[in-house]
Amino acid sequence: MIITFELNGAPASARVMAPVSLLDVLRDQLGLPGSKNVCEQGECGSCSVILDDEVVCSCLVMAGDIEGSTVVTVEGLGEGLNPVQEALHRAGAVQCGFCTPGIVVTATDLFTKRPRPDDDEIKEALAGNICRCTGYGAIVRALRGLAEVER
Amino acid sequence: MKVHHPTTLDEALAAVEAGAVPLAGGTDLMVEVNFGHIRPDHVVGLRRIGELSSWEDRRIGAMVTWRTVETKGPKAYAEAARTVGSPQIRNAGTIGGNLGTASPAGDGHPFLAAVDAGVELVSRRGRRVLAWSDFFTGVKRTARQPEELITAVVLPERLPMRHAFGKVGVRNAMVIATVCAVVTRDEDGATTAAFGSVAPTPIRAPRAEEMISAEPKPTESALAEFQRLVSEEVQPITDHRSTEAYRRHAAGVLARRLLERCLR
Ligand SMILES: Cc1cc2nc3c(=O)[nH]c(=O)nc-3n(C[C@H](O)[C@H](O)[C@H](O)COP(=O)(O)OP(=O)(O)OC[C@H]3O[C@@H](n4cnc5c(N)ncnc54)[C@H](O)[C@@H]3O)c2cc1C
Ligand code: FES
Ligand code: FES
Repeated sequence: MIITFELNGAPASARVMAPVSLLDVLRDQLGLPGSKNVCEQGECGSCSVILDDEVVCSCLVMAGDIEGSTVVTVEGLGEGLNPVQEALHRAGAVQCGFCTPGIVVTATDLFTKRPRPDDDEIKEALAGNICRCTGYGAIVRALRGLAEVER
Repeated sequence: MKVHHPTTLDEALAAVEAGAVPLAGGTDLMVEVNFGHIRPDHVVGLRRIGELSSWEDRRIGAMVTWRTVETKGPKAYAEAARTVGSPQIRNAGTIGGNLGTASPAGDGHPFLAAVDAGVELVSRRGRRVLAWSDFFTGVKRTARQPEELITAVVLPERLPMRHAFGKVGVRNAMVIATVCAVVTRDEDGATTAAFGSVAPTPIRAPRAEEMISAEPKPTESALAEFQRLVSEEVQPITDHRSTEAYRRHAAGVLARRLLERCLR
């Protein structure tokens, strides 16, 4: 079946022949490899996207069920670096970088909804994003700095 | 592959009757798909049915997410919601999906058991509300018939004055419970204690409840007896997550701490 939805601000469609995930469709059919495939069981957050205004794991979204929905991936967060990406970059908060797209999506959603999060809110928002390089210190420092600028 | 996207309950029920697998947030179902355990080719997505996402007073629609329960649920239910998975999981995962899976470790179940909530099931033939204890029938087994959808959780008219949820697991975020529990205490001392992960279904501890309900101001020794009875009454097994002995111990300690929280 053909599924139509809004992807990064533009109309998109995908052919769905099996109960595959939105993550697979994004990466394999729609040429958007920014969302990473790591665990496929909702544990790591590397595949985070914004679906109808909420951050979810795209590996757990059935592609056939997103008819009419709005999806924003890391590729759709704007031209160039957004403030979250800028902050992570400046703080050296990227090691191997595999978790980074998921962290960028999750943190961008956090700052959109709460422009001045405190440390607890930052850590809570990122509880579902695992960094295997354990670079949490620099990630939290970067976002704390951004929250302070916003203040 | 056929996926229905109904906007009304009637359309969804017709699809279910024709054999479509219900899909809520997908946080249980898609894990099974990704692991290759199941491969449903006829699915009905429930996300667009307004009636299922509404929360009116005591009736909480099956498609209400853990994120919503976390922000506006009764205290112990909100505390339970806050421990479900991660923000991503709580944004997608629903209370109806938790009941559909009926895992013994489901964090939503102890609250429903502790306050004697009902589960509303609807098919094209009619609507029925089952007591929680009739709904759960075994490990991942429920009284839901194949042509039925879970449409809501129905809370009692009045909730006990105090209630608290607690969960024991190996870490704070993203953890499946070794034991989870809700204890409630009313003005007149009436106490309930319900547990997850210590039996095939969520269970209550009636002897412990009866004993402590008769204590208007529980003493140290009454609390110790409550803890002992809980450890005795739960029916845990040893599995990859924990041992029977540890679960018995943890259930007793957890119940006592939750009761102490209610008494404060
Ligand atoms: C990383 C991760 C962490 C998790 N952590 C926790 C945790 O801490 N605590 C916890 O309790 N759970 C946890 N879960 C499990 C899961 O998130 C919950 O059980 C959630 O409530 C499932 O809801 P869902 O809407 O995603 O269900 P789905 O996956 O959409 O559905 C689950 C099952 O119920 C059926 N179903 C769904 N809705 C209905 C309906 N209305 N009527 C009839 N059948 C229906 C489906 O067919 C399916 O069999 C976790 C899952 C993941 C992936
Ligand atoms: S790949 Fe989706 S959460 Fe890990
Ligand atoms: S930078 Fe390597 S996983 Fe986070």
